[in-house]
Amino acid sequence: MEVLLNDFSPGLFIVQTILLLGLIFLMVKFAWKPILNSLNEREAGIEEALAAADKARTDMQNLQADNEKMLQEARAEREGMLKEAREIKEKMIADSKEQAKIEGDKMLKQAQSAIESEKKAAVADIKSQVAELSVAIAEKVLKEDLSSNDKQLKLVDSMLSDIKLN
Amino acid sequence: MMQVSNTIKTLLQLLILCFSLQSFAVSDTVPEGAVSSKEQVDEYILHHLKDSHDFHLFSYTADSGERKHVGFPLPVILWSSNGLATFMSSEFHHDDNGRVIVEKNGSKFVKLHSKIYELDAGASSVNFDEEHHATNAHKVLDFSITKSVVGVLLVGLLMLLAFSSLAKQYGKKKIPTGFGRVLEPLVLYVRDEIARPNIGEKHYRKFTGYLLTVFFFIWVLNLLGLTPFGFNVTGQIAVTACLAIFTLIIYTVSGNKDYWMHILWMPGVPVFVKPILAIIELAGAFIIKPFSLLVRLFANISAGHIVVMSLIAIMFTLKESLGVAGATGLSLVLSFFITLIEVLVAFLQAYIFTALSALFIGMAVAEHDHDHEHDDSGHEVADTEDVRADFI
Repeated sequence: MEVLLNDFSPGLFIVQTILLLGLIFLMVKFAWKPILNSLNEREAGIEEALAAADKARTDMQNLQADNEKMLQEARAEREGMLKEAREIKEKMIADSKEQAKIEGDKMLKQAQSAIESEKKAAVADIKSQVAELSVAIAEKVLKEDLSSNDKQLKLVDSMLSDIKLN
Repeated sequence: MMQVSNTIKTLLQLLILCFSLQSFAVSDTVPEGAVSSKEQVDEYILHHLKDSHDFHLFSYTADSGERKHVGFPLPVILWSSNGLATFMSSEFHHDDNGRVIVEKNGSKFVKLHSKIYELDAGASSVNFDEEHHATNAHKVLDFSITKSVVGVLLVGLLMLLAFSSLAKQYGKKKIPTGFGRVLEPLVLYVRDEIARPNIGEKHYRKFTGYLLTVFFFIWVLNLLGLTPFGFNVTGQIAVTACLAIFTLIIYTVSGNKDYWMHILWMPGVPVFVKPILAIIELAGAFIIKPFSLLVRLFANISAGHIVVMSLIAIMFTLKESLGVAGATGLSLVLSFFITLIEVLVAFLQAYIFTALSALFIGMAVAEHDHDHEHDDSGHEVADTEDVRADFI
């Protein structure tokens, strides 16, 4: 202990105190402050960059989700449109079928009525021809032989049966 | 990874440099015929451990038999009873036994065991008692630029150059190159491994500058002590005392209310115990903590120097029993390994001093927002902080 105290130099202590104070002051001013500030800045920069990357990633994910949603909506819309188109088509086909049926019916009726009138005309024509024929037959009969009753009767009978056939 | 391997590479280069110079120093600072007996070795080692007033590189014996000393003188600045006296240390002509008297400003100075004494008025030579203490001379306040002061100035300059160049690099680029790449992880290490965990996230910024300065100051000076220039700055008790007192002042000034409360009126203990605890805590804060800091650094570095020099001295002391080659070989092998350990110790002591300083500061600024856990009978359960404090 005595040796230690003897070795202790107050002068060196004072000089060292002054030098250390100066050194601390200079080091803080010219070295530690700028170095630590830069390090902190750099660390903050790195942290910021990481956060930005994270944000970009979530943004990207959101965007992708949005895209997916839009795609699905578009798909649904397309489905809807296709369905509608199919319905319209079916309706149109049904409509036109009905129309065609009505038209056909109408044509059928016209045809029937035309046939009827044609038939009437034909019957009238036949009647007139029959009348002419009867007149002609009668003429012939009258011209040929009105002598026998039997023959006359036979003739009338055969003629009548002919007429009935008509 | 790159940075780590760079650091290791630099350390290795430094190490190799140290050894090449160390072995060189053996043959130069301990010339044959001057320091060869055990007593001379002891004296030489003790002399080396002390601060010196001139920068002595080596000595040799000239052909004429005269001792020649190679080195350069340093300025001596004294505050004597007649005021300031300055002269170069060469005026003592390498005398260390009080024989050469230098007269300046009407005062007579002698150098005795690396200390400068002023002769009492009227005395013309130093008288000694049986224990070789001067009886008619007293010590003076010695502000000389001693070898230690040169070391401090050198290290201060190196630190300023190295770290201000690193600081400048950040102006231009985000990641430093060259030597800055070695320094940056060291700065980060002190900040993230010493300052931040010991002081706490909230307050560490304020004290990081001091801790960084002290860490590199001690480390580089420790390493400088391993070179053959023979610096022993961190082995000077005045230097370690100064460092410890700086830490003491910092944690005393920045101590908050809780800190003083825990020292002066410890909460959670019976009232009659409080004054006793206060005395213990005060002694701890103002004497034990700084004393442990200053003695730990001083003793470790001094011991390291003594061991390395003693092992080098094996070359002379065991010459008779082992032969020249055996003694030299043993000395080289042993001093090689001890110097390796000393390189580790140089870092370790710088780390311990800085970490303990940070811890003391951390204890002074800690915010006790956490309630200590109390057990059923109302006694505090020691939390990790208390346990940690017990180890110091």
